[in-house]
Amino acid sequence: MTITIPSVHYLAILPVLFYFGAALALLLATALSRNKVTLRVGTATTVLASIAALVANWFQWRCVARTGASTTVAHAIVLDDFAVIASAVIALSVAMTALVAHDWAARERVTGVEFHVLALASSAGALLMTQANDLIVIFLGIEILSIGLYVLVAFDRHRTTSFEAALKYFLLGGFASAIFIYGAALVYGATGSTNLTAVSYFLGTNVLLRPALLYAGGALLLVGFAFKVAAVPFHLWSPDVYEGAPTPVTGLMAAIVKVGAFAALVRVLISALGTQLDTWRPILWALVVLSTVVGATAALVQRNAKRLLAYSSINHAGFIMLGVWAGTVRGTAATLFYLMTYAPTVVASFAIVTLVGGPGDEHHAIERYRGLARRQPWLGGALAVLLLSQLGAPLTTGFYAKFTVLAAVVDAGGGALALIALLSAAVAAFFYLRWAMTLYADDDLEATRVEVPRLTGSVIALGVALTLVFGVWPGPLATLAQHATVLFTP
Amino acid sequence: MNVPAAWYLILAAVLFGIGAFGVLTRRSALIILMCVELMLNAVNLTFVTFSRTLSDISGQAIVFFVMVVAAAEVTIGLGIVVAVFRRRSSTSVDELAELKG
Repeated sequence: MTITIPSVHYLAILPVLFYFGAALALLLATALSRNKVTLRVGTATTVLASIAALVANWFQWRCVARTGASTTVAHAIVLDDFAVIASAVIALSVAMTALVAHDWAARERVTGVEFHVLALASSAGALLMTQANDLIVIFLGIEILSIGLYVLVAFDRHRTTSFEAALKYFLLGGFASAIFIYGAALVYGATGSTNLTAVSYFLGTNVLLRPALLYAGGALLLVGFAFKVAAVPFHLWSPDVYEGAPTPVTGLMAAIVKVGAFAALVRVLISALGTQLDTWRPILWALVVLSTVVGATAALVQRNAKRLLAYSSINHAGFIMLGVWAGTVRGTAATLFYLMTYAPTVVASFAIVTLVGGPGDEHHAIERYRGLARRQPWLGGALAVLLLSQLGAPLTTGFYAKFTVLAAVVDAGGGALALIALLSAAVAAFFYLRWAMTLYADDDLEATRVEVPRLTGSVIALGVALTLVFGVWPGPLATLAQHATVLFTP
Repeated sequence: MNVPAAWYLILAAVLFGIGAFGVLTRRSALIILMCVELMLNAVNLTFVTFSRTLSDISGQAIVFFVMVVAAAEVTIGLGIVVAVFRRRSSTSVDELAELKG
């Protein structure tokens, strides 16, 4: 018996290797000389690994432009523009989070580089998910992403809530992963492969006499994804975990888990199960309606900034899923565009929440923001812009993101769905605006000023700049997103 | 004796169902963890059975990945449970009341 070793196109997996390599190097360095590896080294390593990944993304983009999309490692990993863009978004979010976490760690007196080791390893999982072309690789990506995050959520030793959130996230995350992999097993049984291309080919060339196995498998995969992106009715963990986790970790989770999980969801639904569009659409329809409506209405009664943002992110998950529902090239491009704009916005938002939370990371009542923009016009103004972007106000990226998704859905014949989502956005506008008004309330002018460390400040500035520049001038990003999906659809 | 493949699949489905039921109804974090493990092992059985019926070796290779993931998950999970236990002297998820779920 001979074993053939699959050929590996190293450029395709270079960003993942950078992240894993950086995590291992940091871990080894700490083990060898405990005291010499400071927090500063950890932050620098994470940022450098992210920059290296972005540079690798640039070469990947050129490679795809030259030779077209390709698969490698026995067709388990795919290199196409969709993956490249999604990886770049993740790398940017990780770099931004690392800088925020640096100031947070200094404030909370967290020493050591474990935070960065875990963040790097988790991000490698997210990157793997964007490139996965096999259900098992998606599963491994989810697990690598989640296992690091479970520990990161528990990272704040001073707050009991942090541990509780970690336990909740772990138990429900493990449950969701088990459901996901059972779905993969059933799809394997129904189609004879876990490879997305092979599944797609099988379904395109065969008529299933008894499709129940495939349907059950697909449904379980969807449930697994819905847990990961916190779509209603699988969202119950998310407000608690967002609240309990250290705030920079919450920002990281909100950004990279969504990008990774949605990239994988698009691949599974459009690329592998594209022929079953009529079957999965109704399920997605229900998830979208529930997520947008419940996310928006539940956020109305929240008095805690982190919980409010958690429900807002559930609402956003519904919107991103809208693009997937469309099932068209346009819908996929809209999904990607939404992820590109949402990730920096949400990381910057949580950066501000980290600062306002103050030492101990526990003052997150909305009341704390009263008059913030009057005391500190720049910080308050930045938060106002980020909130308006999440609301979908014109001249911010959020507007164009929502607009493209809705246009794609109407185009695909989902007028009613678009209307429901739009109404939920109107409800959501209420709590975003209420928060933004609180910022400009004119009482409480004597409250303590919020310290803005340099690194966190620059991350917030970057997030706001991206939001405004591409809000006014969305052309380049939209072109990138469209370009990325034209090549991707098989 | 030749046992039909369908029986293995049914057994796996039942095990998976018991695991899922346990996760949803039991209150001890440790038992929930065990139930998740049971679910993962039901998945392994499913993979092996399909691997056999399809005469395709990859289903068996996948089982190793799932095992590794399950082991990693237990390690982290027990760590978190111990950390919570140190603070609370209890592993019951009902007492996690600081966060209102």
